[in-house]
Amino acid sequence: MFKTLLRILKYAKPYKLSLIAAIVFSFIGVMLSLFVPVIVGKGVDIIVGEGNVNFTELVKICIILAAAVVVSALFQWLTSLATNRLSYNTIKDIRIDYFNKLGKVPLKFIDGSARGELIGRAVNDIETVSDGLIQGFTQLFSGVVTILGTLVFMLTINVKIAFIVVILTPVSLFTAAIITKLSHDSFAKQSDFRGELSSFTEEMVGSQKVIKAFSYEKRSEKKFSEINDNIKKSGVRSVFFSSMTNPTTRFVNGLIYAAVGAAGALSAKGAVGFLGTITKGQLSSFLLYSNQYTKPFNEISGVVTELQNAVASAKRVFAVIDEPAESSDENKMVLEHCDGSLSIKNVEFSYIPEKKLIRNFSLDVKPGQKIAIVGPTGCGKTTVINLLLRFYDINSGVIRLSGIDTMEMTRSSLRSQFGMVLQDTWLFSGTVAENIAYGKPDATREEIIEAAKAVHAHSFIKRLPQGYDTLINEEGSGLSQGQKQLISIARIMITDPPMLILDEATSSIDIRTEQRIQRAFEKIMKDKTSFIIAHRLSTIKNADTILVMKDGNIIEQGNHQQLMDKKGFYENLYHSQFASA
Amino acid sequence: MFKLKRFLRNYKKELILGPFFKLLEAIFELIVPVVMAKIIDNGITAGDKEYIIKMIGLIILLGVCGLGFALTCQYFAAKCAYGFGTDLRNALYSHINKFSHGEIDKFGTSSLITRINNDTMLAQNGVNMFIRLAVRAPFLIVGATIISMMIDFKLSLILLAAAVLITIVIAWVKKKTLPMYNKIQRGLDKISLLTRENLDGVRVIRAFSKQDTETKELEKESEQLSDACIRAGRVSAILNPLTFALMNLGIVAIMWFGGIRVNNGFLTQGEITAFVNYMTQILLVLIVLANLIVIFSKASSSAARINEIFDTVPTINDRDNSEFDFSSAAVSFENVSFSYPGSSENSLEGISFTLNKGEILGIIGGTGSGKSTLANLIPRFYDITSGKINIFGNDIKDYSCEKLRKIMGIIPQKAVLFSGTIAENMRWAKENATEEEIVSALKTAQAWEFVSALPEKSTPIFLRGEKIFREVSVRGLP
Repeated sequence: MFKTLLRILKYAKPYKLSLIAAIVFSFIGVMLSLFVPVIVGKGVDIIVGEGNVNFTELVKICIILAAAVVVSALFQWLTSLATNRLSYNTIKDIRIDYFNKLGKVPLKFIDGSARGELIGRAVNDIETVSDGLIQGFTQLFSGVVTILGTLVFMLTINVKIAFIVVILTPVSLFTAAIITKLSHDSFAKQSDFRGELSSFTEEMVGSQKVIKAFSYEKRSEKKFSEINDNIKKSGVRSVFFSSMTNPTTRFVNGLIYAAVGAAGALSAKGAVGFLGTITKGQLSSFLLYSNQYTKPFNEISGVVTELQNAVASAKRVFAVIDEPAESSDENKMVLEHCDGSLSIKNVEFSYIPEKKLIRNFSLDVKPGQKIAIVGPTGCGKTTVINLLLRFYDINSGVIRLSGIDTMEMTRSSLRSQFGMVLQDTWLFSGTVAENIAYGKPDATREEIIEAAKAVHAHSFIKRLPQGYDTLINEEGSGLSQGQKQLISIARIMITDPPMLILDEATSSIDIRTEQRIQRAFEKIMKDKTSFIIAHRLSTIKNADTILVMKDGNIIEQGNHQQLMDKKGFYENLYHSQFASA
Repeated sequence: MFKLKRFLRNYKKELILGPFFKLLEAIFELIVPVVMAKIIDNGITAGDKEYIIKMIGLIILLGVCGLGFALTCQYFAAKCAYGFGTDLRNALYSHINKFSHGEIDKFGTSSLITRINNDTMLAQNGVNMFIRLAVRAPFLIVGATIISMMIDFKLSLILLAAAVLITIVIAWVKKKTLPMYNKIQRGLDKISLLTRENLDGVRVIRAFSKQDTETKELEKESEQLSDACIRAGRVSAILNPLTFALMNLGIVAIMWFGGIRVNNGFLTQGEITAFVNYMTQILLVLIVLANLIVIFSKASSSAARINEIFDTVPTINDRDNSEFDFSSAAVSFENVSFSYPGSSENSLEGISFTLNKGEILGIIGGTGSGKSTLANLIPRFYDITSGKINIFGNDIKDYSCEKLRKIMGIIPQKAVLFSGTIAENMRWAKENATEEEIVSALKTAQAWEFVSALPEKSTPIFLRGEKIFREVSVRGLP
């Protein structure tokens, strides 16, 4: 816990001026506000009774009081300003660091994490850190100052009555501790259930269309209401326990108030000698103090709960920030010119150490060659792509691009040699034009239109409500899978890289358009090395080399005719496809 | 917010008794300063020890009763609020389940999710606070004002003036900050969207080496968000110090004018103390009230977002007044036209065909020509704009959606599996499928080979790409 706190403080370091200001201002503000009851008490003492009010003194006291109030208010305001700056800037930095890390972690981490989890950390957890830790910290500070200040002021008025308050302090501490404990336990449960509910809705609402297709609504509603009931049960408890704070505070305040009142009243006339004497005005100050004495105890214990939550959240955020990044690209060379040749030697790779996937994989690709990879589901076709682009690093062996080990060059220079179109299209929320120009942000409108025309996307884009400036939203703005695919192909067209990877790139496109795109591809593929993964064997018949993969190994290799002549796995696959189609 | 009151109907008892007990506590709380004034004026001045002890006892008794009442109220409040929230969430979720694809597209998935998870919590919090404070806070203010009026009318005007000024300050701050909080909420939504996009598109982003651009984009958004927060904070930071100052300046005024009144014999020293006490009490309550207003305004903007969902009537209304006539044609389209909600152009126009039981219909056509759209009309994911669709002898609109979709197996283009075991995923359409049925379905879809190779039958879902697709094909088998 302490380590996490220190770490957050480190993030606050650039804003230490705000932090220091918050502490100093809060100290001044609190002390001055505590001074108010003393002055009020003095005032009351002057107002003795009919014809017995010293107005010259009263004027003085009123002026001092007004000054103390105004200055204290000013400093309280400054404290808030400083705290705001401190907290929002600090969490902004944490958030940026977090996001930055997401861009640097190996893909393995992202593939293996639940998406909703990672989003939740970026949004909710970081907010919790801001609420609990940074705001809590200043509250903690002002709470401690209030308690100590109150004690000091009370001691200066009357040591013995102040002593009564001190004796009653454990009561405040005790009740605060009990409430904190009770509510903390049920809050922890509560946040678990809420997490469960939120990942459930994330999944269900996220795939609402599938739910409809299976008429799963009733059952998902049942499950939803089960989780919901748990939330209710733990929620009632946690909210009730935490809402005990204010009434019990008022009660303990009342006790102290009564004790002080009794002691004060009895000693005012010297009735109980050993307490010493006290004026009515001093009694009045004491009463004002006792009214605000318990509050900071509860605030502090409340802050402790929030601190615990915040530390838990911070830990979750830091866990991601601490994920080891991909190996550094520092001192690696930048591949500037790529001749398009690629050689893979004795590569081994597995996602899980116990389960070997790619074994002893070797391949030589000459510049401009067209390589097709075919094979049954799960044979490792897509894995090859993951390795070529270094989304995953190989376990052993070597991959050379343009004669240079890909491990020795920067990832960005490696990846910029490849244009990749994946089966799962991904468009971000932005205009169609922005999506096409993703790899080349300075592309002119003409270039964008040209690229769109090359993939036969121009005609449908033109027909969209705002043409190229149509906004694509989360749900895709009514674009069909195929249309989205075309846009993501246009995105590659515009960057014109020396190597191409098409992973089932045309799987969602109709045959006629596909053939046209093929021709467009062929045009740009002319002197490019390309890798094509396809199920439809007809689309890869004219590849220079076809790799037939099975269980992570290349079992056959050659061009279409050679493989057909071989009458092996490929020939079998080819015939089965045309028989079933 | 008031539109949601129907979800309170099961908690009427708590809704009425909660504030009632709180009121009792508040009354007791108001009596205490009067008693203390009596102690100062009667007990101390007269040196009556017995009187003092009796009165102190009374104060403690009032405190104990107050505590009991308050705790009762808090319990009712928690129970009512969570009951309300739970009912609301259930209703909201089942309402969303009635939406057709058109309405889901309109709201967007992530917005629906935030409404279910966060907005209902904020609305529920509003109910909780309403029960706890909406009665107590105004009552304490009014009560303290009335009692002080009874003590000394002229002096109470100061108290009144201070209270009015503070109310104006609170109203001003609230009015200023409300749109700011909405802006902050939008900023958070944007951050969540960006994160989601970056996770979904991680391969493309890295292939283009655009991580830095993406981070810059987020930096920009974070910067804007924290600016918005600081700006809103700047306004709301005025609230507490200003109310504190106004109230205490009120005390200054009470001291001065009270001094004059005492000097003229209209008021006693003890009554001045009571006045000061009421003043601080009002201050404390007003601060609570200010926080309450923030909670309420958050709750009411959440309620508005929730109502937006409830107010969206699912375009597909469920009637269930026909049975399938399996001797009729399975599917027949008569001059069907369809356009997506919000689009002026027809996606399908004048489609007619008849498909008998057991027949296979192939649909081919260019990308975006409407193949999937046509397919989406058969399970009634969307309602047609004109024409008529008959399924097994009756208009498609005469069946309940559930009944209609139960007789269809649908394999969507995008494979989706849910967290849980493979077997659980297989049982989506047929809840009580036996193990044999599952295995045989997996075999039919050519998926048994890889599923049987997995370590356990209860293997959690962690498959990618094509594997998922096959799995889904299996599930789609009727």
